[in-house]
Amino acid sequence: MEDILEMTIVQIRELLQKREISSVELTSYFLERIKRFDRGISAYIKVTGEYALAMAREADSKIASGEKGRLLGIPLGIKDIYCTKGIETTCASQILKGFIPPYDATVIRRLKDEGYVHLGRLNMDEFAMGSSTENSSFQTTKNPWDLSRIPGGSSGGSAAATAAGLCVASIGTDTGGSIRQPASLCGVVGMKPTYGRVSRYGLIAFASSLDQIGPITRNVSDCATMMNVIAGHDPMDSTSIPQPAPDYAASLGRDIKGLRIGIPKEYFKDGMETDVKKEMDASIALFERQGASTVEISLPHSEHAVATYYIICTAEASSNLARYDGVKYGLREPGKDIIDMYKKTRFKGFGKEVKRRIILGTYVLSSGYYDAYYRKASKVRTLIRKDFDEAFKSCDIIVTPVSPTTAFTIGERMEDPLAMYLSDIFTIPVNLAGLPGMSVPCGLDRKGLPIGLQLIGKPLDEARMIQAAYVFEKERKVEKIPERYK
Amino acid sequence: MKIDKDVVEYVAHLGRLALEPHEVELYTAQLNRILEYMDTLNALDTEGVEPTSHAIPVTCVLRDDLVKDSFSVEDSILNAPEKIGSSFKVPQIIEVEE
Repeated sequence: MEDILEMTIVQIRELLQKREISSVELTSYFLERIKRFDRGISAYIKVTGEYALAMAREADSKIASGEKGRLLGIPLGIKDIYCTKGIETTCASQILKGFIPPYDATVIRRLKDEGYVHLGRLNMDEFAMGSSTENSSFQTTKNPWDLSRIPGGSSGGSAAATAAGLCVASIGTDTGGSIRQPASLCGVVGMKPTYGRVSRYGLIAFASSLDQIGPITRNVSDCATMMNVIAGHDPMDSTSIPQPAPDYAASLGRDIKGLRIGIPKEYFKDGMETDVKKEMDASIALFERQGASTVEISLPHSEHAVATYYIICTAEASSNLARYDGVKYGLREPGKDIIDMYKKTRFKGFGKEVKRRIILGTYVLSSGYYDAYYRKASKVRTLIRKDFDEAFKSCDIIVTPVSPTTAFTIGERMEDPLAMYLSDIFTIPVNLAGLPGMSVPCGLDRKGLPIGLQLIGKPLDEARMIQAAYVFEKERKVEKIPERYK
Repeated sequence: MKIDKDVVEYVAHLGRLALEPHEVELYTAQLNRILEYMDTLNALDTEGVEPTSHAIPVTCVLRDDLVKDSFSVEDSILNAPEKIGSSFKVPQIIEVEE
């Protein structure tokens, strides 16, 4: 069973299909690992052991009766942000504690249709607002590579659990970098697909024009497998792109001869740690050795992306989070009238960062300030988007670091929201432009902390990113699981 | 300084948030720093630039108006903190003169 952590989902599925292992054995193995290691990491908010074993038994009987499914019998960890029928879904917030959704998100439905096993709910920043998972109202997740450091965020639980081998793979969400940044800081593969590629139906909303769902996995092949399950049109999400998704597995093993890689000069100027810079240069050289060519490009408006993003995402969040009013679900605090009840409920139910963003978002949308902030930001967003359109005229894919630094220490940026926001300086422009972005492990720094390479693709061109990432992964062997968790 | 404590309190009221006095203090300081940073956008000339609300435009999506199953009443009120029968129960909404 020890080799399982080194295997791809396709390989594990073969073992299950040949009945060399059962899903119950596989699930028990991961539940055992969670028991042993998660006390130190705190990746899971809740482990659904019995539910997982019931799903595993069902998978085993389906396998016995000859059924197939791309994830049949495969244990996954789920970020606690997807409505999952009958399973408490909290978004790591006190205001949703005890919320049992009466329906499945489309993504959960698709995982179920392929026969996955639900190991548990993974920790995150409350309502996905944060870059370190320290904003969870339940627990602080630690980075498996160094327990004194943050795993990144907001999908920190998903990345940490995947890196420590506490699930086969996981899913996360990415609004400004929330899949790619934790994947990078934990040394695993993370994909944020094109906006609209994966249905958001049943995903608890943070910033609706930016939120996107994607997989966090230990290898590129698993990323392709997961994308094959979750991508594609869904009539339940009006922003879902009405186009069929290609077979992402078909991109694995194709060479990258002639691929034109864009290197944005503004991203390599300063502020990057020297080890990050070193690995970036080595990664670009690797792509060139594999037959790709590089071209310098310019994304001049990217320096305004963080300011633009925090206007747009807080505006959208203040509107989306209006639904937590103590009436339909979740927490209620008694009040003397309805307004008083709303205020007390929201005071008690939301954490610091969520309140900060609601206030900021309400302010930038309020009468008299709308034009100066929200409208201005929406226009700058156009400029940022056009930079990418222009850049993609001379290249097929863009390469940058995911994060200017490796994992920082717990508490380091909690008192300074702006410093925390700037953690996502390289990932945010991608969300504003709606493009697909991917984090691929490319090395460790001198402290032994993972560094991630970001691939940015043209709209709907995830297949080409998977193709390039697979070539890269084959050539650049990076440890995926820290020694002590093997 | 862009905003003072009164503005933060007023905006918190609009966002239906009660705040402790020390939170008003803290948020006022932090939001001023953040808004100052956001003001860097003013250096950009955006005259004539169309705003983007969605990066990947999907034009108005319509579906046929067909009768379909929806959530049952039981499921819909399952999570209500307080309910009466099949209704959500809320505190008094209309003011009554005494």
